[in-house]
Amino acid sequence: MIKSVKLRLAIVLATIVLALIYLFPTMGGSVPDWWGKIFPTEKIHLGLDLQGGIHLLMEVDVEKAMHASTDRMTASVQRILLEEKIKVSEVTQGETGTIKFILEDANALEPLQTFLEERFPIWNHMSTQGSLVLYRVSEKEKQRIEKLALDQAVETMRNRIDQFGVAEPEIRVQANNRILVQLPGVKDTRRAINLIGKTALLEFKLVNDQFDPAKISAAELGDNLEVLYEQTRDPETNAIVSKRPYVLEKKSLMTGEYIANANVRFNSQFGEPYVSLEFNSQGAKLFDQITAASVKRRLAIILDNNVYSAPVIQERISGGQAQVSGRFTAKEAHDLAIVLRAGALPAPIRILEQRTVGPSLGRDSIRNGFISMVVGFLLVVVFMVVYYRLSGLVANLALVLNLLFIMSILALAQATLTLPGIAGIVLTIGMAVDANVLIFERIREELHFGKTPRAGLDSGYGKAFLTIMDANITTLIAAIVLYQYGTGPIKGFAVTLSVGIISSLYTAIFVTRLVFDMVAERHPLKKLSI
Amino acid sequence: MQFLNSNKMSVDFIGKRRLFMMISAIAILIGIASLVVRGGLNYGIDFAGGTMVQVRFAKAVKSDSVRQALAGIDMGSASIQQFEGDAAHEFLIRVEKSKSGLVGLSDEIKMVLDRDFGAENVDIRRVEMVGPKVGKDLRRQGMLAILYALIGILIYVTVRFELRFALGAIVALAHDVMITVGVFALLDKEFSLPILAALLAIVGYSLNDTIVVYDRIRENMKGGGKANFVNIVNTSINQTLSRTILTSLTTVLVLISLFVLGGGVIHDFAFAMIVGVMVGTYSSIFIASPVVISMQPKKK
Repeated sequence: MIKSVKLRLAIVLATIVLALIYLFPTMGGSVPDWWGKIFPTEKIHLGLDLQGGIHLLMEVDVEKAMHASTDRMTASVQRILLEEKIKVSEVTQGETGTIKFILEDANALEPLQTFLEERFPIWNHMSTQGSLVLYRVSEKEKQRIEKLALDQAVETMRNRIDQFGVAEPEIRVQANNRILVQLPGVKDTRRAINLIGKTALLEFKLVNDQFDPAKISAAELGDNLEVLYEQTRDPETNAIVSKRPYVLEKKSLMTGEYIANANVRFNSQFGEPYVSLEFNSQGAKLFDQITAASVKRRLAIILDNNVYSAPVIQERISGGQAQVSGRFTAKEAHDLAIVLRAGALPAPIRILEQRTVGPSLGRDSIRNGFISMVVGFLLVVVFMVVYYRLSGLVANLALVLNLLFIMSILALAQATLTLPGIAGIVLTIGMAVDANVLIFERIREELHFGKTPRAGLDSGYGKAFLTIMDANITTLIAAIVLYQYGTGPIKGFAVTLSVGIISSLYTAIFVTRLVFDMVAERHPLKKLSI
Repeated sequence: MQFLNSNKMSVDFIGKRRLFMMISAIAILIGIASLVVRGGLNYGIDFAGGTMVQVRFAKAVKSDSVRQALAGIDMGSASIQQFEGDAAHEFLIRVEKSKSGLVGLSDEIKMVLDRDFGAENVDIRRVEMVGPKVGKDLRRQGMLAILYALIGILIYVTVRFELRFALGAIVALAHDVMITVGVFALLDKEFSLPILAALLAIVGYSLNDTIVVYDRIRENMKGGGKANFVNIVNTSINQTLSRTILTSLTTVLVLISLFVLGGGVIHDFAFAMIVGVMVGTYSSIFIASPVVISMQPKKK
């Protein structure tokens, strides 16, 4: 313990000034310009449960990404096999992540194996049964594809959220292909979730008008045709109002990956919004070829397996422009333009956990939290003065400083204050006086044994010190475990509890001792008000 | 002012330890029995999975008409609970199922409420959806958290004191957790993430009390010389008694403030803490130290 009262007083005053500096931006509505040049301007962050917002835990369907990726690899294997003239009659994806080869004759087996070993080492041989040969993608490649899908999904989501305009979003990858997204202050939950979670795979496919979509049989569809629907939803209720079927050629001629820009435009006749697309040069060339080859046929524009429109190609389109129209509201068109610009997710996502707090509840929680803090504080303060008189007053001073330090440490550490966090602070108020109770009870005991006030103070503080440390460190252990395992708001409880414990050690021991010593220095203590 | 003068106290806590252990054992058994009768804890959606919507209506609405509005939705079993007090137009709708699609059950619930009561009268204040997988994860993590906290404490107390003290502390903590959980089972109160956090806080808090007593025992053992261990323990409990009770008192004071004024989310958390702090105080006095005595190696 430092002996000099003056030095200790300087330390305490310095920490108080420092705490006030860190707390000022949170307290004063806005900080003056010059402040930011010298001092920190960070405010205490409010958790989603206090300011309102969305917490989403999503899982990327990596199996689908794997399937799509294997499909692409299968196609390129097939193309090269054809060039190499290796006699294989069929190359298809079997179970996800496997390729099935059917040999034209048994002699083709050896060249096929050598070819795959040389050119596609990521494929491992699984089994050969007569003319059927199975290959599986290697574990390492599988992991690479899954990680890529996850990274791409995060990147795309970040892009979309940035364009949507959310202040301080948090996007994090977690174990098991999960992504955590937190959007503070977002009010329209459904819109935000749609924007983040929509796969947004845009495809162009030709319509086959030879069949009646209502009557076509599975046999007629075969492997190359499919039926997709144009669904119209009620903008109010989101319920499907009508469903119109189309027979489409399964092969997608082009996807959204060539989109350079997407913007909302309004139809000059009815003022209806639509999304106009601009392709990059590669896409423009491709689109030119597609339209040139299929003039007078209908080209369906499909987003996530929903047909949006299927206009007739009147003439070859070489400008690299297209449009997606449907029955959009202006908001929907705006969001669609964002997702098309930001690109498609590599695989669909599932929502595992969603927590949304509306702004009105957040405000109520802040108010309730604040009121219970004030009332709890007053109860303790009154009790301490009644029970310990002037010494209780000293403990109360420590309590006030403790609150000040907790808040300023939260601002300094950029910690997030949540409702359970406020509960943690309230709880700390009750527990922080414990150190003083321990010390005061000890001093009373010592005085009872006939010690002088001065000696009683010394031995009271001295003997209580280790006890206080032991007792608080164990509580800290529980708080740290809670921080490790807690999620979201609960973490906030662990934070304020830990901060409160540490800061209470300083205020309840160091600061109160200083006050007693300062008093003792001026007036020799005859009697202790305790 | 002084309630208890620690220098004059001499209650024979240790002599009556069998009685208190019996009382605790009965309390724990009642908790276990209610767990069995109720078929486990009433897990909230955090742990069981499901969907919860907190909705406030602009005008008075009967819970029956809310139930009617929801009738068409496939959502498994549902509970509709009306908030008490001035927020009388506020309801908590909990349903068993959850959907992982972009349009969740909460959206469906909002749609039918908007349809039946008018969108301008419906304020969706909070939505929580936890899928079954995440619920299972959270349950497992929660168990682990308590286990790790106990192990960490066991190590710390062993290092600072002795193993038998650490074991006494752990028995007391397990006692507190079991009784608090038992109270939740008995009252069929919902067990959610904040309650788990409360349990961990209780563990920390109750230990705090126990350590103070242990510390005194250690101190008295150094000075005591020949004094009998049982007497030392008894004296130590008496000496720290006023502090133990005072600190619990201030803590319970603030918890009551949280319980009454903290609002819905904090209400049950504060309840768990109040139960836990009181049980923790009891166990620090009547359980933790007596267990250390029971583990005292028998001398000839």
